[in-house]
Amino acid sequence: MPIHEKSLIRPENLTTHEELTLDGVDVSGHWSTFIETRVVNDYNENLQEEIAALPGGEEIHRCWQCGSCTNACTVNAINEDFNPRYWIYLIRMGMESELLRDKDIIWQCVSCNKCTYACPRDVFPEGVMKATAHWLERKGHTEKSPSTHFDEVFTEQIVKTGKIEESRTMRRFFSRTGQALAQPWMIEMVKRMLRGLPIGLLTRMGLATLVAPKTNDWSKASAAIQEYIDEQHEKQAQALSLAELVETAKQDVAA
Amino acid sequence: MTTKDKYKKVAYYPGCALEGSGHSYNRSTKAVGKALGLDLVEVKNWNCCGAMEVKNIDPKIQTYLSSRVMSTAANEMDMDVVMAPCNGCYHNLKKAEYDLANDQESADVVDKLSKKAGHKTYESGQVETIHALDWIKDSIGEEGLAERVKNSLSGIKVANYYGCMYTRPRHIFPEKDQGPGSESTSKPHFMDDLLAAAGAENVDFPLKTACCGGAHTLSDSDMSTKLVLNILKAAKLSGADVIATECPTCHSGLEMHQIRAEKTLGEKVDIKILYFTQLLGMALGLKARKVGVHENINDSIKFLKERGLG
Repeated sequence: MPIHEKSLIRPENLTTHEELTLDGVDVSGHWSTFIETRVVNDYNENLQEEIAALPGGEEIHRCWQCGSCTNACTVNAINEDFNPRYWIYLIRMGMESELLRDKDIIWQCVSCNKCTYACPRDVFPEGVMKATAHWLERKGHTEKSPSTHFDEVFTEQIVKTGKIEESRTMRRFFSRTGQALAQPWMIEMVKRMLRGLPIGLLTRMGLATLVAPKTNDWSKASAAIQEYIDEQHEKQAQALSLAELVETAKQDVAA
Repeated sequence: MTTKDKYKKVAYYPGCALEGSGHSYNRSTKAVGKALGLDLVEVKNWNCCGAMEVKNIDPKIQTYLSSRVMSTAANEMDMDVVMAPCNGCYHNLKKAEYDLANDQESADVVDKLSKKAGHKTYESGQVETIHALDWIKDSIGEEGLAERVKNSLSGIKVANYYGCMYTRPRHIFPEKDQGPGSESTSKPHFMDDLLAAAGAENVDFPLKTACCGGAHTLSDSDMSTKLVLNILKAAKLSGADVIATECPTCHSGLEMHQIRAEKTLGEKVDIKILYFTQLLGMALGLKARKVGVHENINDSIKFLKERGLG
């Protein structure tokens, strides 16, 4: 069955009569399985353009649905509902409500770039996955994913200091996502990590957690990067009509 | 100048991971360089390349971050080769190089940011970015390496694990897939070649370029554990004693999730994980401590001792 017809055969869209005779022919049970008629009237005609306005989504229009991306996908091998080809199809068709059924897993793309490697049309499906995950968050369909929190914590530290100190990034990420740092496997890992380490290195690592490593003379670069990020963020908000979205929500509340 | 000479003195970009969790990779890369008579000059006052995260906030900022590193090497140090042992750094510098040569908008943004930050704008083509594998393979070569081996790695069965960022996506690595002698993006072999020259027996390992889930190692740990478990089991089933790595993110991902798989899924896979530079260093006669084996989480000291290494 073609991928775009997948939604038609969900159990809730099928009807089967236990006992049914048509023109004298007994079609009870499976013989009488019908696909319910349906009318799709909630197309979002701007969906493809909105995804294309976010970084990574620019080339989505090039897709011709060969399926190489899904075939190559690392995450699809673990979870078959993770289907880049299908999502690209839904976005291009504007079938937002269908896309939203998978809203909680799209962020799970691991950026291995196998799809981008396999794609014969230079769609950059990896980028499309990121753009779609961000679209879902910025439109308010999902909370920020753990991955987005991590990206933000990480980027904030680079913008501020120019460098990453891993344990600091890790602690901030765990605190921002409300997780306990002391998980059993983490404790075991730290134990094994400390086993062979010389005092000198331990001291250095300890110091690094107190005094973050940084790039010298970074303040001008830092300011320029932050300014650019803010500019882009605002441009994207306009492309996604976020202000209108907020306005409509306000009116709904008032009404 | 032949490739051989050109790579004898390179700008060294260790990156953030090599100053933290990948410290043993840093130590072993420097030690191997020294043992082989290769000169590493660290990039002055470098910054993070953006790793796998900044591109998700804004890809052009990632391009800028990588360009600043290359600009420093080219314009302030007068170097024409940057060597990055971390796949993430290597990938990002390559990607920036590609984007700056092919996308005017990226070049404009980088120029604007560089001017505001007060340094020279990096122009594509000013430096060549190479990986630690290219560095040793092209400056010393398999024969040169074999001549210098003091303790052969013979009897050690190795699964060579390259991960994602070293070969994908194809378009940012124009020098790969160029026929005999060049690296392959589908079946990379530079690490295999070097370790074989040092006497190791490479097993036929189908997951050389599989993903360890490194980008989500903390944000989607269950996924990463499953992916790492696949890699560990496949290496074990291929007959390997050791997985050789060439990326700090892959390496710490494998180490971390080897433990996590044991603790959360009760799946214990007994396989050693070592940086290829650690194996090469010991083959060149260096002590295990000199190449930071004690800094790895995965404990391979006894295994190596039994085989007369380190």
